[in-house]
Amino acid sequence: MISGVKSTNNAMGRLLHLMSDSQLHNGVPSMISARNLTKEYGDFTAVDHISFEVPRGEAFGLLGPNGAGKSTTMRMIAATLARTDGELAILGKEPNAQGPEIRAHLGVVPQQDNLDSELKVHENLMIYGRYFGLSRKFLKGKIDELLDFAQLQDKRDSKVNELSGGMKRRLTIARALINEPEILMLDEPTTGLDPQARHILWDRLFRLKELGVTLILTTHYMDEAEQLCDRLIVMDKGRIMAEGTPANLIREYSSREVLEVRFGSNKNAEVAEQIQGIGERIDVLPDRILVYAESGEGALEELTRRGLEPLTSLVRRSSLEDVFLRLTGRSLVE
Amino acid sequence: MILAAALDSAVAIASRRANRLGSSVYAGRSLVMVERSLMALKTSNWFAVLSGFVEPVFYLASFGFGLGGLVGNVSEGGSASVSYATFIAPALLATSAMNGAIYDSTWNVYFKMHFGKIYHGILATSMGALDVALGEIVWALLRGLAYAIGFMCIVYPLGLVPSTWGLLAIPAAVLIAFGFASFGMAITSYMKSFQQMDWVNFIMLPMFLFSGTFYPLDVYPSWLQTVIQALPLYQAISMERAIMLGQFDASLLWHVLYFVVMIASGLVFTTRRLTALFMR
Ligand SMILES: Nc1ncnc2c1ncn2[C@@H]1O[C@H](COP(=O)(O)OP(=O)(O)OP(=O)(O)O)[C@@H](O)[C@H]1O
Ligand SMILES: [Mg+2]
Repeated sequence: MISGVKSTNNAMGRLLHLMSDSQLHNGVPSMISARNLTKEYGDFTAVDHISFEVPRGEAFGLLGPNGAGKSTTMRMIAATLARTDGELAILGKEPNAQGPEIRAHLGVVPQQDNLDSELKVHENLMIYGRYFGLSRKFLKGKIDELLDFAQLQDKRDSKVNELSGGMKRRLTIARALINEPEILMLDEPTTGLDPQARHILWDRLFRLKELGVTLILTTHYMDEAEQLCDRLIVMDKGRIMAEGTPANLIREYSSREVLEVRFGSNKNAEVAEQIQGIGERIDVLPDRILVYAESGEGALEELTRRGLEPLTSLVRRSSLEDVFLRLTGRSLVE
Repeated sequence: MILAAALDSAVAIASRRANRLGSSVYAGRSLVMVERSLMALKTSNWFAVLSGFVEPVFYLASFGFGLGGLVGNVSEGGSASVSYATFIAPALLATSAMNGAIYDSTWNVYFKMHFGKIYHGILATSMGALDVALGEIVWALLRGLAYAIGFMCIVYPLGLVPSTWGLLAIPAAVLIAFGFASFGMAITSYMKSFQQMDWVNFIMLPMFLFSGTFYPLDVYPSWLQTVIQALPLYQAISMERAIMLGQFDASLLWHVLYFVVMIASGLVFTTRRLTALFMR
């Protein structure tokens, strides 16, 4: 009951905020605006002149292979890492000068948990709220609500080191919500979570989004990105390779469907020659061949017409994963 | 209802300090760090806490009363002569304050910086680097203060403090502990390994032995006197000795100034270093 009343108040509070916001871009208030944002570590450029805008209430995703610069970008937005060059504004504020003020608006789930191992589970939430200056009275109720959400009620008096990896992750996520943030920054939030916890989190994120919370998210799970993100950027080597909604990216960088066929690993290369011309594009992998086509069934028929008989075949819709692999390559080059 | 909720939000709290001087590093909530330390107190090592306190007490017992019988009375710089125990009591009180402040601001801070990742988490909130620095320093100084009060509770009943004015040694101990905590944390924030941390111990022991703790400084050649007079523990000892033996004069102000500078520079360096370590 009580938490219901509270969240109504929050929603209205946010509405008031929204109306008083003066940062407007094309009529939509901009939460984050980056122009030529750059981070250098010595000679190495981790983030290389990237520009993007995130309007209020959007779920914005950062995708990219390991080392692409996602976490570095997240930390600059969170006002915990000074940029080397470029412009950055969060809610119209400048992170170098207004760090504490900006961070009051944010909930941050870092890639690596940094819970306070000297404190118990509920104490971790309490002290984190206190860092924001929130009153103990308010926090008492909030902690109960968050422990329910993270399903950690029966662990409330445990030490942090006694939690499993996934439980620690859940506690870190709960902790990020303690100040009822307007922008929630999630760096690989579901890594290490079991499927149940993952779905509960997705559900919770959807509800936060409905309340007007802006989500900034990195993930290596393409299904997660497709589910959660309104819009995303694909980064590689510190640069933006593509930007758009998941559907648009799939349309632009992949075909509608994909035909996956296997001929046995020693025959793949030889067959690949004969397949040329079918579909829009072909990808030859060690274990299978991918044919990108408007219609997968059509491509398969054409294949059999040419006298090729795959051991197995599978037609599926194109996914974000196909886009990702096309843009960032299939090999593990660091 | 709505207004009340909005006023109490983290954003409203943070915006109250907007545009004030230093608002990029200070949110006015350093005492929350003390709250955290109180919460974590349960898990602290009580043996280490206690051993830091009893050390000066043992020195008082063995040197003050054991050796003191052989030494007889002492006088420094033409002042009235006092018993040996009375002479070293202020020095050991100053050392108590130092020990307490140094322990929390060096080893504990080193651990939190390099293993706990605790400051990473804190600096992702609306706290600033100066809040963290000041809060940790205040906590360390509280421990130094507790040691000093404990020590006073032993020496006062023993009659080792000639005048009641000598109780002013406690506020002076706050200044001393603040100075050492601030300086200790600044140094620790630059340390990169346990080997470097061992230097702290390596420097502390000779400083304790030779800062006019157990005998007046005039046994040294004058150049060495000058070197020792520049050391913080000498400043602390001679301030406490003046107060506890009732020699109030202008030189006290110099000691106070020394510690004020030590506190301020420690805070500046710690804040800069925390910003460099966790925000760059
Ligand atoms: N403190 C640092 N000093 C030097 N180089 C760094 C530092 N932090 C990150 N880098 C480098 O910057 C690049 C980007 O790192 P970042 O953590 O942003 O990658 P990421 O996209 O989050 O990768 P992942 O998916 O593995 O988390 C990497 O090449 C990394 O080695
Ligand atoms: Mg990362």
